[in-house]
Amino acid sequence: MAANGAPTGLTQGARTKGGIGESTLRPDGVLKVTGEFAYASDMWHEDMLWGQILRSTVAHAEIVSVDTSEALATPGVHAVLTYDDLPTDVRHYGLEIRDTPVLAHGKVRHHGEPVAIVAADHPETARRAAAKIKVEYRELPVVTDEASATAPDAVLVHENRTDLPLSPPTSSGAGGTPVIPHVPHPNIVHRQPIVRGDATAAAGRADVIVEGDYYFGMQDQAFLGPESGLAVPGEDGGVDLYIATQWLHSDLRQIAPVLGLPEDKVRMTLSGVGGAFGGREDLSMQIHACLLALRTGRPVKIVYNRFESFFGHVHRHPARLHYEHGATRDGRLTHVKCRIVLDGGAYASASPAVVGNAASLSVGPYVVDDVDIEALALYSNNPPCGAMRGFGAVQACFAYEAQMDKVAAELGLDPVEFRRINAMEQGTLMPTGQPVDSPAPVAELLRRVKAMPMPPERQWESSEGADVRQLPGGLSNTTHGEGVVRGVGYAVGIKNVGFSEGFDDYSTARVRLEAAGGRPVVTVHTAMAEVGQGGVTVHAQIARTELGVSQVTIRPADTQVGSAGSTSASRQTYVTGGAVKHACELVRERVLELGRRRFGSYHPAWATAELLLEGGKVVTDGGEVLADLVDVLEDEAVEVEAEWRHRPTEPFDRRTGQGNGHVQYSFAAHRAVVEVDTELGLVKVIELACAQDVGKALNPLSVIGQIQGGTVQGLGIAVMEEIVVDPVTAKVRNPSFTDYLLPTILDTPALPVDVLELADDHAPYGLRGVGEAPTLSSTPAVLAAIRNATGLALDRTPVRPEHLTGTAGADGT
Amino acid sequence: MRVNLTVNGRPQEADDVWEGESLLYVLRERMGLPGSKNACEQGECGSCTVRLDGVPVCSCLVAAGQAEGREVVTVEGLAESARQRAGGGAATGARGAESASLDAARRWQAGGTDSQTGENIELAPVQQAFIDAGAVQCGFCTPGLLVAADELLERHPNPSDEDIREALSGNLCRCTGYEKIMDAVRLAAARRSEEA
Ligand code: FES
Ligand code: FES
Repeated sequence: MAANGAPTGLTQGARTKGGIGESTLRPDGVLKVTGEFAYASDMWHEDMLWGQILRSTVAHAEIVSVDTSEALATPGVHAVLTYDDLPTDVRHYGLEIRDTPVLAHGKVRHHGEPVAIVAADHPETARRAAAKIKVEYRELPVVTDEASATAPDAVLVHENRTDLPLSPPTSSGAGGTPVIPHVPHPNIVHRQPIVRGDATAAAGRADVIVEGDYYFGMQDQAFLGPESGLAVPGEDGGVDLYIATQWLHSDLRQIAPVLGLPEDKVRMTLSGVGGAFGGREDLSMQIHACLLALRTGRPVKIVYNRFESFFGHVHRHPARLHYEHGATRDGRLTHVKCRIVLDGGAYASASPAVVGNAASLSVGPYVVDDVDIEALALYSNNPPCGAMRGFGAVQACFAYEAQMDKVAAELGLDPVEFRRINAMEQGTLMPTGQPVDSPAPVAELLRRVKAMPMPPERQWESSEGADVRQLPGGLSNTTHGEGVVRGVGYAVGIKNVGFSEGFDDYSTARVRLEAAGGRPVVTVHTAMAEVGQGGVTVHAQIARTELGVSQVTIRPADTQVGSAGSTSASRQTYVTGGAVKHACELVRERVLELGRRRFGSYHPAWATAELLLEGGKVVTDGGEVLADLVDVLEDEAVEVEAEWRHRPTEPFDRRTGQGNGHVQYSFAAHRAVVEVDTELGLVKVIELACAQDVGKALNPLSVIGQIQGGTVQGLGIAVMEEIVVDPVTAKVRNPSFTDYLLPTILDTPALPVDVLELADDHAPYGLRGVGEAPTLSSTPAVLAAIRNATGLALDRTPVRPEHLTGTAGADGT
Repeated sequence: MRVNLTVNGRPQEADDVWEGESLLYVLRERMGLPGSKNACEQGECGSCTVRLDGVPVCSCLVAAGQAEGREVVTVEGLAESARQRAGGGAATGARGAESASLDAARRWQAGGTDSQTGENIELAPVQQAFIDAGAVQCGFCTPGLLVAADELLERHPNPSDEDIREALSGNLCRCTGYEKIMDAVRLAAARRSEEA
């Protein structure tokens, strides 16, 4: 800047690098590769104690007595707490329905429910002390499926539901208006019908009608970083909690009342999160750690082991699905009828919203005017189920895509061609009557994924014989290619983005621009949980793009700034990204205002031109530089905190399911190529190709990483992942990485990705949520490929060897 | 009991170690080296992989006493051991990435400009490759994968895809789908052969 205060040299402004659309690298990458990144389980405090939770060994029982005396007397133990020690009358929590006890009271409703907590000076001391707590149970009959839940003499999982009228629903209320019961039975958490057109009449026009029954197994998020946190008692009687979660403010709202503290005395800071996938939406050990810290006056750390992690978070709802599809000879769908029964387990968690998604997305990305749909979630004594990547849409996609293949076969049509004929487009009405008002390139995604080059046949063959590592069975050396058949399968899916059904889905961002060390610097502060998805990278990119400043610092997420909402539902880049963009725009306005005040008289463009911030300067839209940002700012910092929300949505009608319930949809298509050893029933997925529309790839490298990660989680549920619950005792049989199988790098094939960018005009930069859609279609694509290879019907997931060799029991298990 | 071992080239001792404590626990909780991760503590996920006298092991399955008098390298020591392997010079850091010739490698030159991506921090080549290839998401699997991948590349500078998959088959990753981990190891190998 010249001495007289006038800006110097009017030259072209340089574009700021590292903005949106570039594959900028993660800001936390170096810390993560050097081992310095502090995950929740790495937190450490001088003087800290270790917390341990005692969990129920049975699924459903009355608690006759709890004796903690021996545990308390153990040297090194500082506290043992049960339900009776809770400090206030608020002793339950929950995301939508507050039905989950902090510690069991009178009853346990599922295997692994927390009963008591211990704090001790060594984790092993805490474990041994917990084992000395004597709990006497009187076992009760278990509710495990729809039949046992709704039988005339069914045991009620929640004998005193508070979200229902206690008297049985009546068919008509006062004044003759019909009362629509929330649910037909207290063992049903939530139910959503959708009726549009007349499915029965439409069925009369069908040339073929195809029915199918499907079962979708219980999947676990299996994030690698175990549930952990550190609670530090504050001098003011409050508590500081360092925690791995998906939504700090939602946790806070549930924690503070139980502790009897105002929200500002529960200060939460996000610690490093080792993956989430929905499994950290519900509370796990948050309240337990705080209770122990407040009771002992010492910092308390709790780290689950893997066994406990399987009990400590909700899973993906297992589902039974019945579908009926009709179509005319020329391949047009006439109608869809379906019924989806999700098992929500012992507590409600996110079940109501999962039901809404399963129902509203149950037809898939197809044009069908006449539908009759019912989705519901049960209360049972099985493990609680809630959010997991794909959230209700995954189960439906598995079934409707199997149906699409069946109908195509019945009509003698190519399965991809049949889908293309029925593919929705922009403007198509959803079963809820809501028009899809942004690009819906379903046919195009199918075309693209089909057009990708195929992996070579018998690629395991070489001049020296077979490379067994590439064959089903791999290094077990179970085949050299005899009995190995190949199959190809396709699937496509539709997922809503963001929270639906009228939820006030907002986010908050605080953005600060100042000059430091002669350079403009931006600080972005949000409460967004970075769980690995890369939001921190994208926020910095947005700030660079909007403010033209390369140096951007992302402040750690905590509750000192307004809520960012959950890192789920593919919503964070949309909503918190939108909030960062919005806050940056407000900062820019204030900066330009400052500039006009300081330098407006030196150049007419200050008043007349469209002004931008680029390369640390104020420039006109023609590229003429008006001032350096540091000169405009001098020693003033411009800081704005702003909320931002997407377009409002509305609830679905309780009876008809009609309503503009979703804000945006995302679409992905997969092609799976598999090889199956038909003798041993072993499957090798050779390639899993994906085409997905992302609206706008803010960070292409991260987008592809999300698509590949989601694809492999779908592969997992197709061929190996399942929490097995004993149907008689409702106990979990396989809570370990030894018995719950996850795809390894050997089980995972090449994952080519084709990214389409058709902007959604309603979204920031036109972007579309990315994280979940690839988890939908990958499972049915793999199943379709296995069916194609073997000719078997295969109506359950995961497919196990016994299903392929015909040695499974009658119930498919 | 007392346990003495060499960790990342430095002699360390831990007192009052209970006989059931794992090497992982001693590293993380007694020696202040939390880089090795505790994802399963069942020997199934590889997040806790360290090298014990050069051999990759799951440190959650090694009793602390078994490490008495032995050499341990953790993710915290990878850059230094890479530097020593390279003959004591500065860590190669692989910022010469721009010259990698393989098409596959070039695809992943993401060109970070963020001052926080640590352009001036010395990293082992395999660490830099993981960052550049986008192989780090939540990163919980990363330390174990890096130790395993570094050992593979030392043993086998030019691994085939099947070799990489075999070497890393004991390391679970729940986020990435592994494709970018493959890319990272290919990239580290390609950069190394460029330099040779
Ligand atoms: S933590 Fe050691 S193998 Fe999983
Ligand atoms: S487990 Fe999260 S990046 Fe591998």
